[in-house]
Amino acid sequence: MAEALRFRNDDPIEEPAVSLEAFLEQDSASAVRIEAGDDPRRLIPHLSRVKLVEIGIPRFRDGRCFTSARILREAGYEGEIRAEGDVLVDLVFFMRRCGFDSFAPQAGLNRADVDAALSRYPHVYQHAADGAVPIWKLRHG
Amino acid sequence: MYKYDQYDQAMVDARVEEFRDQTRRRLAGEMNDDQFKPLRLKNGLYLQLHAYMLRVAIPYGTLNSRQLRKLAEIARKYDRGYGHFTTRQNLQYNWIKLEEAPDILAELATVEMHAIQTSGESIRNISADQYAGAAADEICDPRPWAELLRQATTFHPEFSYLPRKFKIAVISSPADRAALRWHDCALRIVRNDKGEEGFEVYAGGGMGRTPFIAYKIRDFCPASQIFSYIQAILRVWNHHARRDNIHKQRMKILVHDLGEEEFRRQVEEEFQHFLTLGTDFPQAEYDRIAAHFAPPPFEAGLADEIDRTDPDFAIWVDQQVIAHKAPGYAIANISLKPIGGIGGDITAEQMEVVADLAERYSFDDVRATHAQNLVLPHVRKVDLYAVWEALRDARLADANLDLVTDVIACPGLDYCTLANARSIPVAQKIQQRFADLDRQRDLGELKIKISGCINACGHHHAGHIGILGVDRKGTENYQLLLGGSGAEDTTQAKITGPGFDEDGVVDAVERAIECYRSHRTEGERFLDTYRRVGFDAFKEAIYG
Repeated sequence: MAEALRFRNDDPIEEPAVSLEAFLEQDSASAVRIEAGDDPRRLIPHLSRVKLVEIGIPRFRDGRCFTSARILREAGYEGEIRAEGDVLVDLVFFMRRCGFDSFAPQAGLNRADVDAALSRYPHVYQHAADGAVPIWKLRHG
Repeated sequence: MYKYDQYDQAMVDARVEEFRDQTRRRLAGEMNDDQFKPLRLKNGLYLQLHAYMLRVAIPYGTLNSRQLRKLAEIARKYDRGYGHFTTRQNLQYNWIKLEEAPDILAELATVEMHAIQTSGESIRNISADQYAGAAADEICDPRPWAELLRQATTFHPEFSYLPRKFKIAVISSPADRAALRWHDCALRIVRNDKGEEGFEVYAGGGMGRTPFIAYKIRDFCPASQIFSYIQAILRVWNHHARRDNIHKQRMKILVHDLGEEEFRRQVEEEFQHFLTLGTDFPQAEYDRIAAHFAPPPFEAGLADEIDRTDPDFAIWVDQQVIAHKAPGYAIANISLKPIGGIGGDITAEQMEVVADLAERYSFDDVRATHAQNLVLPHVRKVDLYAVWEALRDARLADANLDLVTDVIACPGLDYCTLANARSIPVAQKIQQRFADLDRQRDLGELKIKISGCINACGHHHAGHIGILGVDRKGTENYQLLLGGSGAEDTTQAKITGPGFDEDGVVDAVERAIECYRSHRTEGERFLDTYRRVGFDAFKEAIYG
């Protein structure tokens, strides 16, 4: 696997992520993996013990991960959300906006390309999970 | 019309640079076309049979003369001197070189235009009533809401990799001129009992291989909450929709599979959640946008009479000119359907003529329609003759709005990689068969819509007469459908029976039309007679 990219200051979670079913069956796990078809809402009652949610991206065109991450952030989850799988540089900006804060791409990502993609757009038009201030708010103070 | 501020301009400029970088990476071999495809599609760039096609967004179908002149300039400089207006009020260029596409986007950005989200699995350019701001029957101008939603849905981080495309239309009249209920999400502005503005919301429509007419999911959504409601719809779909079969991923399929009630229940639940997030745009932002759409300074005391001395002009007025809400003004429709031409095509020179007319006679305002025609929305009645003369000189004065020769047709096998059959020659043969204007006018409103494959870009499901081109054992074959409508009386057309060859389908259309003529009563349109007399009589007339 290529080098992971992380946008957090805390220590990386070493614990391997278990499947959603396995996570729900045990009380000790703190790292969980959600596949594209899983319902992230099933995690919501247990968020206090979650430190890492790894979201599988089977194909980069499969956009379910964006909704999954945002639902978790909207539920107040502040731990790590990692994108694992077919992560392309052109997805990273939207993923960051939806609450992903680490990336484990199957193929490597060039850090310079990622930085360029993240700084490409000077503004955003709408609220998401990243706290960015939408243009309408800039217009009206 | 809306004018970009520094923020809008910065976003579009950033997009140009992003696409320039993506194109560079593709041309340098750093990306394969499988990876590049969704990126170029989000910029409206398709790979067709002979070249790349670029689809330029015309938000809610509104253009000014400066923009239209730029489109003409691009047609000359980067294409073959013409463009093609589409069934979603956009403009396509058919002969684009990939390496020049970033430059074209940069040119568009200089006139506040772009190709953002005009294709791909994203929230598409938002369409609207082409008579917005001019129609006598509208509650309000729907375009401020369309513009607000354009911004809200541009680069939406959660909904940029949707299961399939997502099309929104907005109108504010009882009459439907936008094929509303054939959209994934259809909005009609209404007022409730308290006089408050809001939206009647329809969901789950779409044509394609599995057509569905959108159902009314909500009677009234308060205007200020519409973005929350749309996000709720999108989230339910994005979360649930299958990703294993591209032909089953449109939202209409999910609505059908879950059932209307269950889909509504989930959307309502998600809507209540979105309302807590504070994502809706505030009233101040709506007001800012709406100020751009303030009515132009209509003159008072203008003559309401039109001098009909010239008989050719009088015919054009009868067919192309529609009542305006301001006294002394009229809405002038410009036909892009000359007999034997290619419907929706317009040359650079013609674009410039229309731009000049808009600037001089229509408060610098031009509209594109989903029927692939153009509109000058605000013309003084006293100026109509001068407008007509200029249009006539530019070969733009056909008087066939909504008549049998005003055919909607997709590009078909002449251009498109998806097509199974050609659409353009069939449209041309029908036009030639019914070229006589007296005959056309005698037949009255009759909407023929032709698609060259089951993806239905030519709206055949919504045609009074629809034609669907298919491939039958290697030869082009055309199925005939009857009884569709994209108006407020939306219906889905029904296939009549075995298909025909190219000439055969033109004969079959004529037999259907003769059946109408023999059964019609005073004032009945083709569609009315069909609905009254029924499918079987028409089938009998077609197949004997």
